[in-house]
Amino acid sequence: MGSAELRRFDSFALPNYLIDGAYDEMFEAIGQPREHYVPLLETLAALPADEIRRRKHAADLSLLNQGITFTVYGREEGTERIFPYDLLPRIIPSEEWNHVERGLTQRITALNLFLRDIYNEGRILADGIVPREIVYSCKHFRRQMRGLQVPRNVYIAVVGSDLIRLPSGEFVVLEDNLRVPSGVSYMLTNRRVMKRIFPQLFQRYGVRPIEHYTQALLSTLRSLAPEGRAEPTIVLLSPGVFNSAYFEHAYLARQMGIELVEGRDLVTHDNIVYMRTTTGLRRVDVIYRRVDDDFIDPLAFRADSVLGVAGLFNAYRAGNVTLANAFGTGVADDKALYSYVPKIVKYYLEEDPILNNLETYLLNDPAQRDHVLENLGSLVVKAVGESGGYGMLIGPHSTAAQREEFRRRIIADPRNYIAQPTISFSRAPCFIDDGLAPRHVDLRPYVLFGDKVTIVPGGLTRVALRRGSLVVNSSQGGGSKDTWVLNR
Amino acid sequence: MLSRVADNLYWMSRYLERAEHTARILDVNLNLMLDESSSSVDRRWQRVLAALGNPLDLAWSGDAYQVAHVLTFDSSNRSSITSCITSARENARQVREEISSEQWQRVNRLFHQVAHYNLTESLDVLPSEFLLSVIEGIHLFQGVTDSTMGHGEGWQFIQVGRYIERASATASLLNLYHREFWGQAGNPAEGSEYLEWIGLLRSCTAFEAYCKTYTADLNPDRILEFLLLNPEFPHAVRYSIDCLQTALDAIHGEGGKRRASPLTRLAGRLRASLGFGQISEILSEDVGSYLQGILYQCRDIHEMIYQIYINYSIQTALAG
Repeated sequence: MGSAELRRFDSFALPNYLIDGAYDEMFEAIGQPREHYVPLLETLAALPADEIRRRKHAADLSLLNQGITFTVYGREEGTERIFPYDLLPRIIPSEEWNHVERGLTQRITALNLFLRDIYNEGRILADGIVPREIVYSCKHFRRQMRGLQVPRNVYIAVVGSDLIRLPSGEFVVLEDNLRVPSGVSYMLTNRRVMKRIFPQLFQRYGVRPIEHYTQALLSTLRSLAPEGRAEPTIVLLSPGVFNSAYFEHAYLARQMGIELVEGRDLVTHDNIVYMRTTTGLRRVDVIYRRVDDDFIDPLAFRADSVLGVAGLFNAYRAGNVTLANAFGTGVADDKALYSYVPKIVKYYLEEDPILNNLETYLLNDPAQRDHVLENLGSLVVKAVGESGGYGMLIGPHSTAAQREEFRRRIIADPRNYIAQPTISFSRAPCFIDDGLAPRHVDLRPYVLFGDKVTIVPGGLTRVALRRGSLVVNSSQGGGSKDTWVLNR
Repeated sequence: MLSRVADNLYWMSRYLERAEHTARILDVNLNLMLDESSSSVDRRWQRVLAALGNPLDLAWSGDAYQVAHVLTFDSSNRSSITSCITSARENARQVREEISSEQWQRVNRLFHQVAHYNLTESLDVLPSEFLLSVIEGIHLFQGVTDSTMGHGEGWQFIQVGRYIERASATASLLNLYHREFWGQAGNPAEGSEYLEWIGLLRSCTAFEAYCKTYTADLNPDRILEFLLLNPEFPHAVRYSIDCLQTALDAIHGEGGKRRASPLTRLAGRLRASLGFGQISEILSEDVGSYLQGILYQCRDIHEMIYQIYINYSIQTALAG
């Protein structure tokens, strides 16, 4: 990069750009951008701040007009907000991505074998690699799944794992989302918007495309159809318009050209699932469900659910319909089980894990628990079954009262919590108040697993938009940015 | 098409038609009130309430503006314009993927316009401007619907909802007026009664169209003939039933071998009765029960639509 350009860019707020122990996605050190960020910096340097603001505004409007919003809803008034996003892409060079891709493929393959094993022979439990009590005490373990054959032995067809980057630059897995991961629609729409805002930059970079995600999702679902159903009818099952991810459900259904159904649209008869249409009942073969296990069938699971379909589980057990994901997959993304994933990979695949875990303390082990209780102020404590940034204590940002509250809860139910060191995960530059400011980011790639594993390059980069915040969840003030995986 | 989606489209459309009808009736009657003595005002407003199906908890209080306010803004009253538009939007929201974004924006804008209307205005004025803007908003929605949505099954269900609501509304208005005024049938109306007939025609946007056909001599029998049997005027019962049956036939066609024959028969019989009936025959019989009969048949058609397309039992569906 020429020094003249760097100076022009300096004029908008770069001197305040914070670089410390955390890995910075753009800079190796102050004034030393990483090679793959240089074209972006040059482009920014050539654009006046006004122009960037104008483009940002155009992008916001485009999202709002397309209705790419999430809803804060009450009957009296309807308000819809766009999901906050940042203008600057997060750029990942191809060799880094290849590593991540191999690592995720390995991990998902192993977790799927694990699910098959614990719901059938239970070899890994018999061999003492994973303690039985961790599996059987998990509230997402479904004994109804014991001995049940699932098509192609695929339990987890759609996965979104959360990765973070350590100060060393290494990607590690923070958690696996094996139930109903969301956010992929934001990945797709972010990309569309970015193409409109920075067309030249796109050409210059050679960014790997992600547009084929919905098509890949459809063929993954099709590959899981029950045997003998050559032209399967596939539907997306949504909890309905009051769900905060309803936009995504509608978006994916439309992009795939399949029906968006709710529980009340489906009926079962003689263990076959039908949807009610104006032309009569139509048989359903594959259900991409975005409803949690608990609510999906009032006969098999929670009886008070009104979102579900009575008899669905029996139809599933009879092999007449496929659900993606299968029931009971939550046992493998339990945060306590998480610490066993490296051993699981080793056990089934006889390979060392390509992607590592974050160090994790299990609180039902007395020694580890004591250590954690003494160091609550420096650790992150998470409830094992929660997601979305709920049920979490971030030690360094907590008050004494909150720590006391968690101490009490941990002692009352140690199996329900884990602790991890507070990691200052990597930061990426964001366009905030007319300048560049670093914010913490994670990465959620979306993995599809049917007849083969498909990972669209990139995924959703989530940003903790509040300065210094480590929480990236959209429900907690997070935003997102487009993720570019480069061709070379 | 999913039954639920058809149901949502049908009710979205019915609720908007209902809101339009209510807005027009209120506007017309508030306007007529300015010309009148208080005794006829009482009768008129009791009739207005009856025409709107005697909304729950709403008795005639003697204060037309207070009643009009409730019927317009009270979201706890299910018949109010606000409630109807909220329900229409609620239905539209659940099928956002089925309707065009222009349609959604229209109905959404209408909702915000009604829900956020500034009620700090004094209660004894209900601006005609507001009621007219509601009617205009609904007309815009209908125009946008016709020009931006594919005229497939979903659009046909919208037609069904609109015309079944309209036919019932016009028929029940005729029924009420008949009960009160048809004693002196045959004679041209005069004086205060003349105002009532204008009120009836305007409530169906039919005053100008009537004058074009029969001049401004308001003859009750001709008014009945016009609002009941005219094949060209969009708010006439016959016209509405014609459109209703056309839409039902189109839906029936999409369904292929579906056993919709009871529905075809119900709608066809009603259409034939209106299409081939003569006003002299109808007048020589019991007009009141003829009009009541139309209302019953509309209700039967509604129930049959549900039985065939939306709420059918699994057994019949599998057998068919």
